[in-house]
Amino acid sequence: MDINNEMIDKLADLAKLEFTAEEKEKLKGDLSKITGFIEKLNELNTDHVEPLIFMTNEVNVLRADEVHHPITKEEALKNAPAKDSDYFHVPKFIEK
Amino acid sequence: MENYNSLKHIQSDIQQNKTTLRGLVLHYLGNISARKNLNAFIEVFQEEALSQADVIDHKIKQGTAGKLAGLVIGLKDNICYKNHQVTASSKILAGFESVYSATVVSRLIAEDAIIIGRLNCDEFAMGASNETSTYGPVKNAFDETRVSGGSSGGAAVAVQSDMCQATIASDTGGSVRQPAAFCGVIGIKPTYGRVSRNGLIAYASSFDQIGPITKSMYDMQLLMEVISGKDDADATTSSNPVPEYTTAIAPIKQKIAYIKECVYHEGIDLEVQKSTLEVIEKLKQQGHEVVEVSFPYLEQLVPVYYVLTTAEASSNLSRFSGLMYGHRSANAKDLESTFRKSRSEGFGTEVKRRIMLGTFVLSAGSYDAYYTKAQKVRRLVQEKTNELLSQYDFLLSPTTPTTAFKFGEKTDNPIAMYLADIFTVHANISGNPAISVPMGKHTNGMPMGVQLMAKHFCEGEMMQLASTI
Repeated sequence: MDINNEMIDKLADLAKLEFTAEEKEKLKGDLSKITGFIEKLNELNTDHVEPLIFMTNEVNVLRADEVHHPITKEEALKNAPAKDSDYFHVPKFIEK
Repeated sequence: MENYNSLKHIQSDIQQNKTTLRGLVLHYLGNISARKNLNAFIEVFQEEALSQADVIDHKIKQGTAGKLAGLVIGLKDNICYKNHQVTASSKILAGFESVYSATVVSRLIAEDAIIIGRLNCDEFAMGASNETSTYGPVKNAFDETRVSGGSSGGAAVAVQSDMCQATIASDTGGSVRQPAAFCGVIGIKPTYGRVSRNGLIAYASSFDQIGPITKSMYDMQLLMEVISGKDDADATTSSNPVPEYTTAIAPIKQKIAYIKECVYHEGIDLEVQKSTLEVIEKLKQQGHEVVEVSFPYLEQLVPVYYVLTTAEASSNLSRFSGLMYGHRSANAKDLESTFRKSRSEGFGTEVKRRIMLGTFVLSAGSYDAYYTKAQKVRRLVQEKTNELLSQYDFLLSPTTPTTAFKFGEKTDNPIAMYLADIFTVHANISGNPAISVPMGKHTNGMPMGVQLMAKHFCEGEMMQLASTI
C-alpha cells in the first residue's frame, strides 16, 4: 500500500506522536514495506471464518463486589511528574 | 564456586554445609561484575540480595525454608517488583518505581527465592535482538560480536553466564525461546492463561505470557509449579489445576510431528537443519513415533503476529500520557502537546513504528481489511494446530532458522528482524505451550535450539520429553 504524508500525519495525530520530516520519510518507507508484507493474509479465503478474539476458555469470570485498597493515595501519586499532596498536576486545558 | 546446573545441587550443598547462600550470591555478584560488558543487568539489588541470603541461610538450617530456597533469580525489566524500579528498557519509564509486585514475583518470594536484579530487554519487549533497549544491546557471552537475541536478551545471557540461577521473562512472539536458543539455555512459553500476567508491563495482552529461563529442566519444572495457576488479579488465568511438574513421569512412545515447512524452510541454516534431523532420529531411537506433517500457514504467521500485536500495543501503550507517571516533556505548553511531546521524546524508534502500524490497522478503513482479517487467520491457525495436536502429542521444529546473528545485521530491515521469530510466533498465535532446549553447537561456535509445542496445558509432558533431547 502507498503510504503518503497525509496518512502519516493522520496516524501520528491519532497515536499522539510527532515526527521530524526525516522520520516521516523513514516511516513511510517502513510502513509501505510492512503493509506489503501483511498483504500475505489476503492469500487466504476467510469468508466463513469467525474472528478469534478471546484466547482463554474461561467463561464469566466473576468476583465478589468488595472494595479493596491495593495501593494507597501516596503510592498512586508516587511516580507523578507533577503533584501536590492530594492531586496530580496537569497542564491547564480549559480556555478562559 | 561451581556453576550449579540445578537448584537440587545447590540445596544439597547448603544442607551439607559445603556452601552458603551468601557465598552463592557473592559468586553471582562476582560474575555480574566480571561480565559487566555484556550489559545483561540494568540494576543489581546487591545489598538486599545479600541480606536476604542470610535470612534464608538461617531458614534452611531451621528447616523452615520454602521450596525455592537457594534459588537466585533475575527479573526481566518489564516485571513489577514493589519499591523497585522497572522501565521496560524505555526512557519513558525512567525512574519509575513499582507500587506493587507482579503475582509471579510474590509467588517466588513466598517460596524464598532471592531477586538479584533486573535485566536488560528490548524496549517494551519489542525486538528480536535486544538492540532496541534504551540501555543499549546485550552481548552474547559466546561471541560478543553477536546478539543475545530478544526481547529477553539480558535474561538469557544472565543464565548463560551464571550471573544467577534462573530468570523470569516474558514471551509475546518468541521473546523467551529465541534468546534461550541463541544462548544455549532452556526457555518456555506456557499456555496462554497458565501464568498470571498481573504486574507484567503489557505489550500485546492476548499474546503475552511470562516464562522462566533456566539451565536445567528440574529448575524449569519447579519454577513452573510455583508461578502457574489461577490469579484473581488476572481474569484470563486458567482455573485448571497445576500439576506437580517435578514428579511427572517421562512419557514413553509419544507421537511427534515435525513441521516440514520449518525444517526445510528456505531461510534455514543447513547445520540447524541437520541438527534438527539428528534430534528427530534420536527421538525415534528412544521409541517415539516421529512423522513429517505440513503446516500450511507458516507464511501467514508473522503477518498475523504483526497486525494483532501492534494493534494491541497501540492500545496498551496509550496509557503513557505523561500525566500520572513516566516522562513528561519539559517542552510542552498545554495538554495536547504534553501527550505528543512526552510520548515522542519517551518512546524509541521501534516502539513508535509499532504504535503507528497498530494505529493504522485499527483505523477506519483498515480495521476490517487488516485487523479483523488477521483475527480470522488467527482462528485458522489455531484450528489447524488443534487438529494436528489431536493426532500427535507434540509438534517439533528448530526454535530459530539460524544461530545468533551479528549486531546491526538486521536493524535496518524491520521485516528481516521480524522473520527471526518465524518458528516461535506460532505458539503465541494459537495459545499453545512451547519450549526451547539446546541441541548442540554450530561450527560457528554458537548454540542452536529445538522447539517442542504441545496441547494446551500439557506443559508437564512437554518438559518431560524436552528433558530427554
